[in-house]
Amino acid sequence: MITLNINGKEQQLDVEDDMPILWALRDVLHLTGTKFGCGMSLCGACTVHLDGQAIRSCITPVSAAAGKKITTIEDMQNQKIGQAVQSAWSEIDVVQCGYCQSGQIMAATALLATNQKPSDADIDAAMTGNICRCGTYPRIRAAIHNAASKLA
Amino acid sequence: MNAPINISRRTFIKATALVAGGLIIGFSIPYAKRFLMPGAAPDAAPDAAKDAPKLPAPNAFLRIGSDNTITVMLAHSEMGQSIWTTLPMLIADELDADWSTIKVEHAASAPAYIHTTYGIQITGGSSTTWSEFDRYRQAGALTRALLVSAAAEKLGVTAESIKTENGFVISGDQKIPYGDLAEVAAKIETPKTVTLKDPKDWKIIGKATKRLDGPEKINGTAVFGQDIHFEGLMTAMVARSPVFGGTVKTFDATAAKQIKGVRQVVQVPTGVAVIADNYWAAKKGREALKVDWDLGVNAKLDSKIMLEEYRKMAATAGLPAAKAGDTKAALANAKQLVEAEYSLPYLAHSPMEPLNCAVKIEKDSCEIWTGTQMQTTDQLAAAKILGLKPEQVSIHTVFLGGGFGRRANPVADFVSEAVQVAKAAGVPVKTVWSREDDVKGGHYRPMYLHKANIALDANGMPTAWQHVAVGQSIMKGTSFEAFMIKDGVDATSVEGAADSPYLKSIPNYDISLHTVQATIPVQWWRSVGHSHTAFVMESLIDEMANLAQKDPLAYRRTLLKDHPRHLATLNLAAEKADWGKPLAKGVFRGIAVHESFGSFVAQIAEVSVTEGEVKVHRIVSAIDCGLAVNPDSLKAQMESSVSYGLGAALQSEITFKDGMVVQSNFHDYQVMRMANMPKVEVYIVQSTEKMGGVGEPGLPPVAPAVTNAIFAATGKRIRTLPIGNQLA
Ligand code: FES
Ligand code: FES
Repeated sequence: MITLNINGKEQQLDVEDDMPILWALRDVLHLTGTKFGCGMSLCGACTVHLDGQAIRSCITPVSAAAGKKITTIEDMQNQKIGQAVQSAWSEIDVVQCGYCQSGQIMAATALLATNQKPSDADIDAAMTGNICRCGTYPRIRAAIHNAASKLA
Repeated sequence: MNAPINISRRTFIKATALVAGGLIIGFSIPYAKRFLMPGAAPDAAPDAAKDAPKLPAPNAFLRIGSDNTITVMLAHSEMGQSIWTTLPMLIADELDADWSTIKVEHAASAPAYIHTTYGIQITGGSSTTWSEFDRYRQAGALTRALLVSAAAEKLGVTAESIKTENGFVISGDQKIPYGDLAEVAAKIETPKTVTLKDPKDWKIIGKATKRLDGPEKINGTAVFGQDIHFEGLMTAMVARSPVFGGTVKTFDATAAKQIKGVRQVVQVPTGVAVIADNYWAAKKGREALKVDWDLGVNAKLDSKIMLEEYRKMAATAGLPAAKAGDTKAALANAKQLVEAEYSLPYLAHSPMEPLNCAVKIEKDSCEIWTGTQMQTTDQLAAAKILGLKPEQVSIHTVFLGGGFGRRANPVADFVSEAVQVAKAAGVPVKTVWSREDDVKGGHYRPMYLHKANIALDANGMPTAWQHVAVGQSIMKGTSFEAFMIKDGVDATSVEGAADSPYLKSIPNYDISLHTVQATIPVQWWRSVGHSHTAFVMESLIDEMANLAQKDPLAYRRTLLKDHPRHLATLNLAAEKADWGKPLAKGVFRGIAVHESFGSFVAQIAEVSVTEGEVKVHRIVSAIDCGLAVNPDSLKAQMESSVSYGLGAALQSEITFKDGMVVQSNFHDYQVMRMANMPKVEVYIVQSTEKMGGVGEPGLPPVAPAVTNAIFAATGKRIRTLPIGNQLA
């Protein structure tokens, strides 16, 4: 049994210590907003926040989250930066297939939490680990700038 | 006013709602004969007259609820291309609906939803919008007519005196919401004709419209195949042969079964499946599984050696694909010659969502949840495996986390396998592919080699074009073979080359094809044959222009002078990109134009090369696709095509060594990422020409536009993709 704090709620899980947070969220808690894309920290689809930092949940075992706070896409609408990012995403109509977008939004909110006015180079650095096979990159970039101006 | 359209023969059907107090518009057309798959239509087209009012369910195209919601059923799959919005726009405009009341659902797998041209239920070929442009508008117009009749009856006025607007029927000072009329409308006889709006009266069609699937895709609630869960559903991973065509000799599941959460290990035709409580257990179980494979005939496969063989084959002509004049003689008289060989690798589609498929089998039925682009094929395959009738298999289409062609598998690979696993395991199962399974899983864009000899006259204009293409056929062995392969030539192997507009201005040409008999599974990859032919053709034209010492834009304009749609896109792109005007130091332009899927796209790339590193700064695109139903989603598709095509051109390749695929995940199968993505500008030619597609046509010109710019920058002609580190 392990206790995880997910979106502000303590949850008891009967899983192996080495199970990545991704599968605990998806297959055990059925919190499926967080996506699986590569399983090797190469695509960013599984991005969540661990104590506010963007991490790849596909390679981070649940044991590493003990005593820490996990935040997922499902909680973004309750957070100031999350709201700004989601409303920018909607204004610019970023999504296509949508599969990568939870991860993109989690990466973007983590970026904006530490950098209120990211430059294009900052966006490249923070977001280049998040693949979008649909190529929504130009709109993601525009939406991050848009969200930054909303938060300013 | 547009002329009324006779709809009686088109078998519109309607009935009272199955839910209380609503109106359902069913609509089925006779099956298209052109591509009809054997066995695709279980009982032939339903006869509307005979079947009415009992509908051959399901066949609804739209449903009006008494709560005023209007639910549009999508006969096609949403995979990012935004038909979840575009098709409802067609209905909503004709219906004068309130856009905020529109809801959308994927339709069931049923004969009513068969593609109006392709004869099976399919999403592909960039065809959804043009192929549904009439059917969905007519469904909207018919529904409007019924609501008007219902209101006329209710109010005791003539139908002519009634207006509709924003979800209301209006008569004098009375306003009735559509929902209140749905029940009455359901009882009214279907009119024989409907009149579609004059385009000048469109309120939604042609206007940039926000995606209806946006909200759920930004808050994590959109449901993809990967997200399907219900009580009792197990997760399965299949160990497949490391070499295509290999088979299981023996396997030892002892260690696998000791992994906590692993429930069963079963053999299936494609390998050995580990069935577990969750993905993590299934993955660990599969790692612990020992399988002894018979690797079969491909055990020595090596793509380098294959390419050498292709090269040898290209030395002689293949089967004729297009021919005119006396190419040999004209080549002998050439003033100047372009002689070049081009090659392109196998490519994986690698949609963001790895493949998956959930299956639940009951005694006389089977339910499947998956993101598929080709319901009919999947349904037939599942029925065959289970000994059921096709209509006993229902496919619940969920959002596709990208398709790009991969989810329209001609042999229903991922669905058949999931059905086999569920059958063998005797429990509901969701098979999940890892990214490695996806990259190594085949059904690739085939590797191609093209060899061309082109004669130029004293003015540098072409007089002869000899061209041999070598590669695997995509259509061979599929249900489309009979329509797409003529005299041994698969049209998709040479599309964009054998039918090139450039040939029209050349008196002598000889385009031929060697179809390679390899057993590597290949499949349509976004833009299909155009994904290689456009690179070859547009590079060759650039080589010719260079040899002729002519400006590449001017050269194309001369050759394409009788092709106004090509010209229009070239001119628009050139104007927007300031062709001929100076650029920042070190930045160079390249241009390409290509027609595919009924649309015309010109692109201009701005590129710099620094110490062997290619940087693409900007892509200016111009498209003529006829009417742009939703200009913003069109732009998004063009951005998407640039990203997908450019990523592949820069870095992606699947290679084989010792029978096995070398690449495995996104570290060695590299794709476009944020830091490499250029700025993309999209300009739409205002056009009333025939409608074409938008999901694919933006892809073919991007690779040659970039490599032509690289030539301008460095004088080095890239003839092999990916570009990789060829400039280092
Ligand atoms: S699934 Fe975690 S980075 Fe790709
Ligand atoms: S929207 Fe499809 S992968 Fe990003």
